[in-house]
Amino acid sequence: MDSTFQLFPESASQIADRVDALYLFLVAVALFFTFLICVLILYFGVKYRRGSLAERGNPPRSNLLELAWAVVPFLLSMVMFVWGADVFYDIKTPPADALQIDVVGKQWMWKVHHPGGQSEINQLHVPLGRPVRLRMVSEDVIHSFYIPAFRVKQDVLPGYYTQMWFQPDRAGTYHLFCAEYCGTEHAQMIGSVIVLEQDAFADWLSGETGDPPEVAGARLFERHRCGSCHKAQGGSGPSLAGVFGRRVPLKSGESIVADEQYLRSSILNPQQHIVAGFQPLMPSYQGQLNESDVLKIIAYMKTLEGNASASGEDTGDGNDQPPETEN
Amino acid sequence: MSTISPTVDTHAGHGDDHGHHHDPGFVRKYLFSTDHKVIGIQFLITTLLMLMVGGALALGVRWQLAFPWESMPFFGPLFASQGGQISPEFYTMLFTMHATVMIFLVIIPILAGAFGNFLIPLMIGADDMAFPTLNMLSYWFMWPAILFFGLSFLFGGGPAAGWTSYPVLAALAEAAPGSGGAQTCWLIAVTFIGVSSMMGSVNYMTTIINMRAPGMTLFRMPLTIWSMFITAILQAFALPVLTAAGFMLVFDRLPWSVHSTFFVPSGLVVNNAEPTVGGGQPLLWQHLFWFYSHPAVYIMLLPAMGMVSDMLACMSRKPIFGYKPMVYSMAAIAGLGFIVWGHHMFTSGMNPALGMTFMISTIMIALPSAVKVFNWIGTIWGGRPQFNAVFLNCVAFVSLFIVGGLSGIFMAAVPVDIYIHDTYFIVAHFHYVLFGATLFGVFGAIQFWFPKMFGRTMSDTIGKWHFVLTFIGFNGTFFPMHLLGVAGMPRRYADPYLHPYLEHLLPMNQLMTISAILMGFAQFLLLFNFLYSMRFGEKCSRNPWNANGLEWVAPSPPPHGNFESVPVVYRGPYEYSHPDHSDDYWLQTEPPGAQPGAKPQAAPA
Repeated sequence: MDSTFQLFPESASQIADRVDALYLFLVAVALFFTFLICVLILYFGVKYRRGSLAERGNPPRSNLLELAWAVVPFLLSMVMFVWGADVFYDIKTPPADALQIDVVGKQWMWKVHHPGGQSEINQLHVPLGRPVRLRMVSEDVIHSFYIPAFRVKQDVLPGYYTQMWFQPDRAGTYHLFCAEYCGTEHAQMIGSVIVLEQDAFADWLSGETGDPPEVAGARLFERHRCGSCHKAQGGSGPSLAGVFGRRVPLKSGESIVADEQYLRSSILNPQQHIVAGFQPLMPSYQGQLNESDVLKIIAYMKTLEGNASASGEDTGDGNDQPPETEN
Repeated sequence: MSTISPTVDTHAGHGDDHGHHHDPGFVRKYLFSTDHKVIGIQFLITTLLMLMVGGALALGVRWQLAFPWESMPFFGPLFASQGGQISPEFYTMLFTMHATVMIFLVIIPILAGAFGNFLIPLMIGADDMAFPTLNMLSYWFMWPAILFFGLSFLFGGGPAAGWTSYPVLAALAEAAPGSGGAQTCWLIAVTFIGVSSMMGSVNYMTTIINMRAPGMTLFRMPLTIWSMFITAILQAFALPVLTAAGFMLVFDRLPWSVHSTFFVPSGLVVNNAEPTVGGGQPLLWQHLFWFYSHPAVYIMLLPAMGMVSDMLACMSRKPIFGYKPMVYSMAAIAGLGFIVWGHHMFTSGMNPALGMTFMISTIMIALPSAVKVFNWIGTIWGGRPQFNAVFLNCVAFVSLFIVGGLSGIFMAAVPVDIYIHDTYFIVAHFHYVLFGATLFGVFGAIQFWFPKMFGRTMSDTIGKWHFVLTFIGFNGTFFPMHLLGVAGMPRRYADPYLHPYLEHLLPMNQLMTISAILMGFAQFLLLFNFLYSMRFGEKCSRNPWNANGLEWVAPSPPPHGNFESVPVVYRGPYEYSHPDHSDDYWLQTEPPGAQPGAKPQAAPA
């Protein structure tokens, strides 16, 4: 990038132009009123300055004028609301066919896991023209995933999955910031987003190695001997067959939908929700599994078929979104 | 007491108390005084001192942004071990403490503490606050806070989690160098400040409700008093939430306390420490914090709005335009102020449906604000404004408030906010509101009420120079921040130029820093004008501005007990250039039918 000052940042996503249009509308409104008011203040101030012979008398008490300065701002604000709500709704609603990529933030780096098992650090490769949905979680403090060229930003919370989505519409390399202050080296949480043509993206994927997350998850499941308790029948823990997306009855008498959030907390903080009919025997796996591992195990658990509702049996390529996170 | 009849005199007893007060010693008179005027001036001088401290911290931040890793002038030798450089640890401390000092030790106490204390009893015609001892304590509770803020620097370089202190960063000692004991000290200090504000708030409400002079009905109160009243209510309802959240965070932090985990989720591995055990929610803090801190924005603005209304009317020799709409719009701003806190959290991971709700409530706040601005303009319209330092500062208040208010709309429109959140656009916005509006209002108010405080006037010439230099420096510093924000420059970066993406912004940052240094030096004019005029300023009469308010009936400076006799109020405070009166001002205490232009009169005691 050359170092001459650019007033307006580049834009490279499907939503960017719509955000910019709203922004420019606001700029126009703001400039209009700023100039109107500053000019009026200067004009009246100078015209009626003490000692000037300007005709005084009270300002005309025009009902129309008073009505205008209540109604015009109101109408403008309603335009802003409806316009803003429309764009906001689309920013928060990922299409069902979005490519899902996992992002794990920690002081001070970004880890990215692709559905094919490819992983990268401080880089995110995405295909051009395809919606991408990021599922994000932090291992320590709050971070925020910010790609100025896409006009998107979403905080990355510890202990809670958040999501954001975008559809890149121009190939190239774009800057990635951490926008939420996250400690001493906050400014060094650098990254880049690389948008590749679909073919080039496929090439890039095939050049990277790594097991698909459900395979890696199965290995972790094996290594930590999860299956010794979570048997199909008669284990000391509940069966995991078809658990994802199912409504689970709890000991407390409530029930809860086994979404990603629930599975994560059941692995790391198992005492929080005890399934009805079981003892609180399971140890916590915090410290033994990091957030990336948990995501892999969840991917594996989604593949476990069983006599549950049909919605839990997809293999993780897009249509498996339960009412998981709130955004 | 709100009847007009001058024969009703419920305050005679109070008046007598002060009729023969004994002469207190120096300590009782100037240090542990219970006189609201002394306490107000104590607040004023303390906060002006803190303004200098906060400004110096800001200049450190600006230095690093314009001349990264170069040795600081003047202060550099203090950090000789680092070659005079600002390390990232030090930088994070600088912006944290700049905001903390400016918000908790300057803006809030200079409005409510200094001007609230000094003006409320004088403007409503009372001899003192309802609870003078509580009033004294509210000042002295600021000092433990200052002490704890100071103490925090002994624990690894000062708190550095930002003034918002979001957990998990602020909850776990491992998360940042400043998150250890320094953060605990910070939380204790904020609690002390909260207690101090609360004592003031209770006192103001009681005083305004109960101690108005005969004839001072609610709708004869100056807008300054209305704004202080509404601010006191805001503080009383919002502050307990912050105090509670602060205690919860202290409980989370201290290993030997109750082992709570309100804000810390389980399984976090911070800086290779043991994984956390918990089940808390970091978002909870953000809700609680902003539930206080958004109303606090209005605590930091409304009193300035009230004072500017009074000053503009007086300087324009014209009644304030739309008195009652001004009162109602302040009340509306305060009411809406409680249901907009979520606009600080549009990117936080909060439910998007809430985002829609907070968008509409935030946009709505623009409407009462617009009413106020139009009414200020209507006040100048057809008036007789005099271009002195007071008027200039008030006009700056209105025009900079417009910029700050309209840039707020950008944050209300969520899609735009998602883009500019946590960038320099936000920094520009709140400096336009808190510095551009509030501080310029305060500069005007110092100039305006100084004669009443000390019986001498401040130099108008120096006041104008201070205004011009500050105004230029202010816009040179803060206007370009809008552009930086839109260009994508995030806040709180110790070295933005690590990112080639931001390199092109360096020259603009240098311009801003030079403006900031100019603005910083301009404040010495204010300090000089203040201190010099205290002793050598021109002596003035009771009513140097020919204003209408009750405070101008009392001697300058008013003695202990304020008024020689209980004032009786016959009209509202804005009867300037009244056609039925020969003078262009009409004191609130002047009985109707009295000889025009007669000497200000007080009611018979």
